[in-house]
Amino acid sequence: MTRWTMVADLRRCVGCQTCTASCKHANATPPGVQWRRVLDMEVGEFPNVQRVFVPTGCQHCDDPPCMEVCPSTATKKRPDGIVTIDYDLCIGCAYCAVACPYQARYKTEKPTFAYGKMSEHEQARFDEERIGVATKCTFCVDRIDYGLENGLTPGVDPAATPACVNSCLAQALAFGDIEDPDSNVSQLLAENKHFRMHEELGTKPNFYYLWDAKDGKDDEENSR
Amino acid sequence: MSYGPKPWQQLHWDERAAGNFMGGGAGTGLLIFSTLAGAEGTLRIVLLLLSLALIGIGLLCVWAEIGRPLRAINVFFHPHTSWMSREAAVAPLVMISGAASLLWPQLQPLAALFAVAFLYCQARILKASKGIPSWREPRIVPLIFATGLAEGAGLYWLFAPWWGQGSTWAWLALGVLLLLRFLAGSGWYAKLAASLQKRPASLRAVDRTKPGYVAGSLVPLALVLIVWLVPLPASLAQPLQALTGLLATAGGAFFKFMLITRAAFNQGFALPHLPVRGGR
Repeated sequence: MTRWTMVADLRRCVGCQTCTASCKHANATPPGVQWRRVLDMEVGEFPNVQRVFVPTGCQHCDDPPCMEVCPSTATKKRPDGIVTIDYDLCIGCAYCAVACPYQARYKTEKPTFAYGKMSEHEQARFDEERIGVATKCTFCVDRIDYGLENGLTPGVDPAATPACVNSCLAQALAFGDIEDPDSNVSQLLAENKHFRMHEELGTKPNFYYLWDAKDGKDDEENSR
Repeated sequence: MSYGPKPWQQLHWDERAAGNFMGGGAGTGLLIFSTLAGAEGTLRIVLLLLSLALIGIGLLCVWAEIGRPLRAINVFFHPHTSWMSREAAVAPLVMISGAASLLWPQLQPLAALFAVAFLYCQARILKASKGIPSWREPRIVPLIFATGLAEGAGLYWLFAPWWGQGSTWAWLALGVLLLLRFLAGSGWYAKLAASLQKRPASLRAVDRTKPGYVAGSLVPLALVLIVWLVPLPASLAQPLQALTGLLATAGGAFFKFMLITRAAFNQGFALPHLPVRGGR
């Protein structure tokens, strides 16, 4: 069984936000909506301060609290692990947004445009269906489905890979099938120390963060 | 854009969502308490109408909040796991049985039973909100339940004295509910304070609910004891009872308003490990 997974290497991410821009371009999200965003975190206390860039968004959890609370069944989980939203069913109650521990969900009340008035580009991409409903990262599910239909491998072939991963200039983001031991993400997870965000909440995210090589000596300062 | 790791107040649910918890909680609490207290005659009708109106206003508040109000019917689609669907499913049962008991008083216990279910659903709605630590803390369930009942008892005592109704046990029951609310609130806060030690801003936000369940419970509780223990003339006891009821209700409403709109900081982001860069 396939389970699509994203891996973000915190050692590689330089916070350039190219993934964010690429996601916005690929998915035509309105201003203020970032399905793939990069947190600019400053941790520690002076003088031991470290700056970390953390790509985040929907974690496509195995046990998604958003799906459990959704009263309309708009939020669903595909057999391949991707959490989806049916815009035709969603009533925009935002219950999923308060249930998500990753602040991954957005609700746009009214159409908004980058420069006030709708530009030609925005007009071409505008989707009325997304107004007043919950939206979030889809792992570029249309690209994955297109790729699989055409014999491509998501995470390897760019046409079948999420836009953010394609655009990452530092190769900090990787995407693939965690159930396949030979996949890129399985290899990365095997070779590196990793964690998932808010693991204690039991959501079982399919989004992993790499922080050190497996053969690296344990560094207490980096474990918090 | 920098978000940083610090939690912030959720903005998805605002005053309208708070209105559902305030109206629904007080309305169901009133329906339950007035049934148990045996309100009769005009008072029964007035309290029944008031409780249904409060529940209805709460539901209207939610309807005003959702992004797609014209497809609100979809709220019923997921009772298997969603407490919001369950609340929505119970709501018509409360309203219909409540309205029917205006004509047939023998149906009122059934309406009260549905009201219990509605209030419980409201408490569970908050608990299922995993993204908000102050809501998902399990002790929120008894707190929201006790708050709704105390508000309902407060509303009962706001009206009952003017109709010459209200037994001693119903008066003491208000005191017990206020005490329960205070204890449930203190327990909830103690647990939160322990878990939010590293998030002082979140804890400060939770502190803002305290007047609701501390002063909002203890002040009317003191009045309950005064009216019970001190022999007072009816001309003084009556307004004091109404004032006690008002304070009990206002405390609960304030608590829930603050809980939804001010003390609902999200989880924020946390890194259990920092990246090890360079060196190898």
